[in-house]
Amino acid sequence: MLDLDDIWSAVRLTLELASVSTIVILVIATPVAWWLARSSARWKEVVATLVALPLVLPPTVLGFYLLIALGPGGPGGWIASLGGGRSLAFTFEGLVIGSTLYSMPFAVQPIRNAFEAFGDRPLEVAATLRAGPWDRFWSVALPLARPGLMTGAVLSFAHTVGEFGVVLMIGGNIPGETKVLSVAIYDYVETLDFTSAHILAGGMLLFSFLVIFSMTVLERRMRRIGR
Amino acid sequence: MLRRASFVFSTLVAFVLAAAAHAGEARVAVAANFTDAAKEIGQVFEAKTGHSVVFSFGSTGTLYTQISQDAPFDVFLAADQARPEKAEAEGYAVKGSRFTYATGKIVLFSMDAGLVKGEETLKAGRFNKIAIANPATAPYGAAAVETLKKLGVYDGLADRIVQGNNIAQTYQFVETRNAELGFVALSQVAAHDKGSRWLVPDDLYTTIAQDAVLLRKGAGNEAAKAFVAFLKGPEALEIKTKYGYGAGD
Repeated sequence: MLDLDDIWSAVRLTLELASVSTIVILVIATPVAWWLARSSARWKEVVATLVALPLVLPPTVLGFYLLIALGPGGPGGWIASLGGGRSLAFTFEGLVIGSTLYSMPFAVQPIRNAFEAFGDRPLEVAATLRAGPWDRFWSVALPLARPGLMTGAVLSFAHTVGEFGVVLMIGGNIPGETKVLSVAIYDYVETLDFTSAHILAGGMLLFSFLVIFSMTVLERRMRRIGR
Repeated sequence: MLRRASFVFSTLVAFVLAAAAHAGEARVAVAANFTDAAKEIGQVFEAKTGHSVVFSFGSTGTLYTQISQDAPFDVFLAADQARPEKAEAEGYAVKGSRFTYATGKIVLFSMDAGLVKGEETLKAGRFNKIAIANPATAPYGAAAVETLKKLGVYDGLADRIVQGNNIAQTYQFVETRNAELGFVALSQVAAHDKGSRWLVPDDLYTTIAQDAVLLRKGAGNEAAKAFVAFLKGPEALEIKTKYGYGAGD
């Protein structure tokens, strides 16, 4: 009954998915958050709202749209056809796209807050020292926003690990490719393999506790350094 | 004012209670392959008896797990015989109430009109993804795996198989063309002539005999008992035949 390879494969895949998604999310979320924090465009809150939508939307809504968008009739199918496939559904890449959309608000929000927190002052000072816009961003803004970036990264990673509904709808349950932890747990429960379910569920419980606990500790320490 | 309100309220309560005593409600857990047939049978049943019936659809394994955890179902229509048997043995179902309400068939189906020709389609393997239902929880998925193994193509295709959580999701994968083809239930394609299909010959997989049981929660429920009786009757049979099911016992 107990198949450790199966369990390990789900764990490894989940960590891979969460790592790749977190990197993609940070690369996209940082400039978006920067723009949201600095821009005076009146419609920027519309963009902010669009990014934040997955916080409120049921995963099934996202899963439904993704299934169509990733399929042969959507842009995902077009991208897949470049690589000889016909749909991005049921692929690791498809899950990365889904997770990126789904966990994006968890990164954009704290990073934007961090950018807004230090105000205009440090950037103005840097400008008087003849630092160009890129330089100001790289050597002043990013280091100052580090706590926000850390929080965003940890939250996106953790949220991707905990993703279930979207994966269930676009994953196709392929071992080693799309059968992530949460889906594996679901499968074990459905087949009454409670031993395996307990191992994974207990692990997740511990993992989630550690994430939130270390976040709290980290934030405290950061604040103390900040003072 | 207050007294009138309480009078209205108690009258309402009395009405509701009277109605409830008269026509009952049966809560039925149904294997996903039987979705369309069950809905149609339910409509006729409600019109004829005045009872109402509420369906919950899922894979047989999913539903069984829920039943084992005390889900509020009166009747269980599975897609196999093993789970209803187990429900009887474990005491979740009324002893002796089990019967085969239908026998199902699997079909290899594609939305692409020229794709599915027969077993040679599987042997040639000119496709990216083939969808089946999760064989661990859905008997139709297990039948698909059995067929693939018997044809000797399972190992070659293993990394191209995608699994739907139940046969309904499997059909959806094929219908949205995310998978070019898949093993679905005959009942899902019996009502239309879209795409291309191959009715898998009976000798390639064990017949899918689908059993029903009256669950312990439904033992005293008139509506549930009436539904079980109706399921064995001629009107239900007509609907089952229409969706491509065999008669059962």
